[in-house]
Amino acid sequence: MLNHKRRSFLTTSGTATLSAAAFGFIAGVPGRSFAMGSTMARDVDILNVALGLEHEAINAYQLGAQSGLLQKPVLDAAVLFQSHHKGHRDALISTIEKLGGRPVAEKPMAEYARALNAAAIKSQEDILNLAARLELGASNAYLGVIPSFQDVNLAKVAARLAADETMHWTALSGVLGRQLPGAPLSFGA
Amino acid sequence: MVVCGIAQAADATRGKELYESRCAGCHSLDQDRIGPRHRGVIGRKAGAVAGFEYSPALRASRIVWGSRTLDAWLTDPERLIPGQRMNYSVTDAADRAALIAYLEGESGP
Repeated sequence: MLNHKRRSFLTTSGTATLSAAAFGFIAGVPGRSFAMGSTMARDVDILNVALGLEHEAINAYQLGAQSGLLQKPVLDAAVLFQSHHKGHRDALISTIEKLGGRPVAEKPMAEYARALNAAAIKSQEDILNLAARLELGASNAYLGVIPSFQDVNLAKVAARLAADETMHWTALSGVLGRQLPGAPLSFGA
Repeated sequence: MVVCGIAQAADATRGKELYESRCAGCHSLDQDRIGPRHRGVIGRKAGAVAGFEYSPALRASRIVWGSRTLDAWLTDPERLIPGQRMNYSVTDAADRAALIAYLEGESGP
């Protein structure tokens, strides 16, 4: 069982920057380092999946921005959302490294374009639909992994990431003229 | 049998909705993304999509995906394959059944 009180994840300047003081902690508890390393490794795996999502989102918005299909003010919103994802990426990389993990690398944009079937995108609406689908999926992914974190502070981070993705999805849904969910608790079930 | 077939179709329809909202953040049917592609998953050995970078645990697993193994996977992936990387579970049994029905329907060639 991890001693959560001995880890600190600090939020600075209102950003999602995270600071983990985990290394000395592991090294300083003889006989428990293997078990703690194992559970921490699982947390790092989850964070790396999250990082993969953020890499993909950044590239999806980049593909949209470069397509010439987005008109202002939608383009401005896409750039803003991409900046949020870049903030998520940077925070996740920092945290993974501080936990002793190796952050998953960003792939070439062409790979994201192929995986997201960017060739089929012909309009601003297509881009918005893709972005909304990715944001909804990311929101639910973050909510879905919360119970798997061994460290409650990382679970909180996942909830904050989910909140950002939900904000994006809500804004995109509004632009697309979609109705908001009629039922409560529609996310993360 | 007809009733069973209708129920299965309803499951698959709901499964598609669930797939798009819960799984599509990381997966798609035909492309490897954060997770591997899903078309054809029924009957496929775990960790066997060529070119996808699985965890060592998935690669070493001898599990073959079917309704029972997928249900166990979606219930608690770490319990089924310790060391996996998905860590996402679906707590509701009906939701799992619907997702599996959808994947079964999409597992043709």
